[in-house]
Amino acid sequence: MATATPPKPVSDLVEATVRFCGDSGDGMQLAGTQFTNTSALLGNDVATFPDFPAEIRAPRGTKAGVSGFQIHFSSTEIFTPGDTVDALVAMNPAALTTNIGDLRDGGILLVNKDAFDSKGLEQAGYPTNPLEDGSLSKYKLHAVDMTRLTRLAVDGLGLSQKEADRCRNFFAMGLVFWLYDRSLEPTLRFIESKFGKLPGVAQANTNALKAGYNYGETVEAISTQYHVGPAKLTPGKYRNIEGNEALAWGLLAAARLSNKRLFLGAYPITPASDILHYLSNYKNYDVLTFQAEDEIAAITATIGAAFGGDMAVTASSGPGIALKAEAMGLGVMTELPMLIINVQRGGPSTGLPTKTEQADLLQALYGRNGECPMPIIAARSPGDCFYVAQEAWRIATRFMLPVMVLTDGYIANGSEPWRIPEISKLPKIVIKHPDGLSNGDEFMPYERDERLSRPWAIPGTAGLEHRIGGLEKANITGNVSYDPINHEKMCHLRAQKVSNVADDIPLQELDGPESGDLLVLSWGGPYGACATAVHTAQKAGKKVSHCHLRYINPLPKNLEKILRSFKQVLIPELNLGQLSMIIRSKFLIDAISLNKIQGKPFSVSEIVTKINTLVA
Amino acid sequence: MSIESTLPILKPADFASDQDVRWCPGCGDYSILAQMKKVLPTLGVPREKIVFISGIGCSSRFPYYMNTYGMHSIHGRAPAVATGLKSCRPDLQVWVITGDGDGLSIGGNHLMHTIRRNVDLNIVLFNNRIYGLTKGQYSPTSPLGKKTKSTPMGAIDNPLHPLSIAIGCEATFVSRSIDTNIKHLGDVLKRAAEHRGTSFIEVYQNCNVFNDGAWEYAKDRDTKDDTTLELEHGKPLIFGKDRKKGIRLNGLDPEVVELGKGINEDDLLFHDERAPEPSLAYLLSRMRYEDGFPEPIGVFRAVDKPRYDQMANEQIERSIKDKGKGDLEALFNSGDTWTVS
Repeated sequence: MATATPPKPVSDLVEATVRFCGDSGDGMQLAGTQFTNTSALLGNDVATFPDFPAEIRAPRGTKAGVSGFQIHFSSTEIFTPGDTVDALVAMNPAALTTNIGDLRDGGILLVNKDAFDSKGLEQAGYPTNPLEDGSLSKYKLHAVDMTRLTRLAVDGLGLSQKEADRCRNFFAMGLVFWLYDRSLEPTLRFIESKFGKLPGVAQANTNALKAGYNYGETVEAISTQYHVGPAKLTPGKYRNIEGNEALAWGLLAAARLSNKRLFLGAYPITPASDILHYLSNYKNYDVLTFQAEDEIAAITATIGAAFGGDMAVTASSGPGIALKAEAMGLGVMTELPMLIINVQRGGPSTGLPTKTEQADLLQALYGRNGECPMPIIAARSPGDCFYVAQEAWRIATRFMLPVMVLTDGYIANGSEPWRIPEISKLPKIVIKHPDGLSNGDEFMPYERDERLSRPWAIPGTAGLEHRIGGLEKANITGNVSYDPINHEKMCHLRAQKVSNVADDIPLQELDGPESGDLLVLSWGGPYGACATAVHTAQKAGKKVSHCHLRYINPLPKNLEKILRSFKQVLIPELNLGQLSMIIRSKFLIDAISLNKIQGKPFSVSEIVTKINTLVA
Repeated sequence: MSIESTLPILKPADFASDQDVRWCPGCGDYSILAQMKKVLPTLGVPREKIVFISGIGCSSRFPYYMNTYGMHSIHGRAPAVATGLKSCRPDLQVWVITGDGDGLSIGGNHLMHTIRRNVDLNIVLFNNRIYGLTKGQYSPTSPLGKKTKSTPMGAIDNPLHPLSIAIGCEATFVSRSIDTNIKHLGDVLKRAAEHRGTSFIEVYQNCNVFNDGAWEYAKDRDTKDDTTLELEHGKPLIFGKDRKKGIRLNGLDPEVVELGKGINEDDLLFHDERAPEPSLAYLLSRMRYEDGFPEPIGVFRAVDKPRYDQMANEQIERSIKDKGKGDLEALFNSGDTWTVS
């Protein structure tokens, strides 16, 4: 790019955290996604945290409508989207006031000055203009007239003012791209593929993006450019991936590896809907998606598909899972393989639909009538969803039962670099359906193998006609039985079957020494924050190890031994102590809880602080 | 060289499971079970390709008594279970057995959506206008004022009429029969089985324990000719012991008229089960004994429309044809990627 100004100094950084925030119609999610992809392509390790309101378009300019996207990018391996923000982009006063608290002292603050008119200030509750009253003096404030500059950049393209203003996010992106020395190429390619059919819009966004970039390069007030080099990740080919996408791909892979058609029964619900969206677009992978009339139909159709012999999956979030409870019991009673995915969100009731939480663990374990156990597997990061989906299906088919998969809004919408697996190296999932001849004269639908699994005989197989259902079954024959002893036996059998899964899963791994002063025990989304916090403590010489659970029911066989090897056990959870309750009741261990229930993930510092109070 | 295969000839007994039937003696369900066992061997569908799905209630024990595949699911959800099964296995013949409580109360939503999707299922709703399995509470089809265990002063909610609901959802096959009218019931079941799309069959079924005689007017030898009207496609609506009475349209309303005295058959309403608009079928479903009309039995509506299960599978086939069979390797490597060495 030819320019008259001399190049500005470039300062090298190990890592940085940027947050874009603005009105929910300002395109902040898009800006964040583009910045993430560009950083990932540059070789940075990245972790993201999109944060948006439940309202699609809350009244413009209000605090209720603020949407944000945070990206942590680094030249070293990272596990969290960052505790504090190094550079904040605020598109209006409401975004500024709700986000400024996370900007570190001395951090860069890029603000769209044009939005700070009297109405905007009033909506955000600012008595005076913070850009002028000195209240932001501890930050490197750059108040840029983004609206005016964007309009100038798209002038002559025949756009209405409203359309022109919609390009502002590209201006802001361009400016941040310059600030962190990122290439515009991936975003230009994105513009071409997304808006190629609307040449006017494509050109306007391109102009705005370049105008933002050139502004950074030219304007004297912004004196330094920052550079974050590539991270040393495990060699391989990478892409960026979001949690729900990785889960959808994991399901596709599991279906392919088990030679099954994939059936998804789902009802739209935040934050799980993207699983339905992704899979609906993969019909050519032999995927049948059924958008049901409600959550109950979604799971009961899934049970029908499981009976029919498909890889049957239903995906929802807490409130939807609550509605599915009775049908999950039918799944357990009929001993059919299926997956129930819960992308957890803040509860109870409608709760915080777009915010993350881990408060459905006890629901997953116990939220059904009767003795109704089910294996539970939890993903720890966006990319991990890919593997968890396959593992869940492997267990479901090997043991003939429904398996619950837990993720959460943070994992589902977050993204990270993902090493693309070689399909040929993924383990096959072997499923055997009995044929009419191999079962002797009379078919026994509840006859059990060494794992206590019953045969998966599918309709259409001559000679294996049988009836299943929700009434208690006599063992072996599967006939309806009200016999008291049989019922007790069946309850034990169903529980034993789940327990047997422990013989089929890997032993629990430990990050750090095998004994010490403190064990941090985590599950699900807090993995990254816990891993980073434990590494920090270990570097400070503390005898702390980290144990992250993927299998929650049954727990790995060696977990108790690990727990007893440490003087203290700390369980950080985004709930009021649910895993903690399980560990305490199961092992009589006086586990210490660190609970947070604010709809937000743990910051690393919160866990470090707790570790420091427990281990001197 | 062609291999000729012949289907084994099945008899009603081949469809009986080894389980003792445990309905109350005298229950109307026995007759429906018997007719089903008679009809199935005539359809040319192998036994292993037939599946019965039910919900909860007396009628929903049905699958246990059929030597086919079956699932006794949970209350109200049979249509959704069946939708999942039929969508992934269009090769199966899937029957849904439900009742007035199961299908219209707790499962009303699924019934409505299954019908509007026109999933290729046969839904048989046993209507006895009472909750039997829970021992005698009023159901969504119980008449206003009905005194039951839970309505000692009489029911105060207006009843639903199953066929009006089905037609409102634009069901492609709608029919009604009576448990004791065995020949008629058999014929209706057979036609329902042969229809492609959702076939909805209401069966007037007597619960002799908790609501005995609810349909007596339609069953009694002395009254049934005057209280019911057997629908025949293309024929005028005539009924009565001497077939002297008919239904005529007066504006948009049906009226009962006497044939003769200047009124002949051509003045009557002619049945057209293939009418594309469901209005005529709806009008017929509104004819009620309590309002002085004979209640039609037989096929109200039989039209051909695309089916959900068929279209869902066609979309998959079309997608494979257009895009090629999904390649995971290509998908995972699509978009922006980079290599770390």
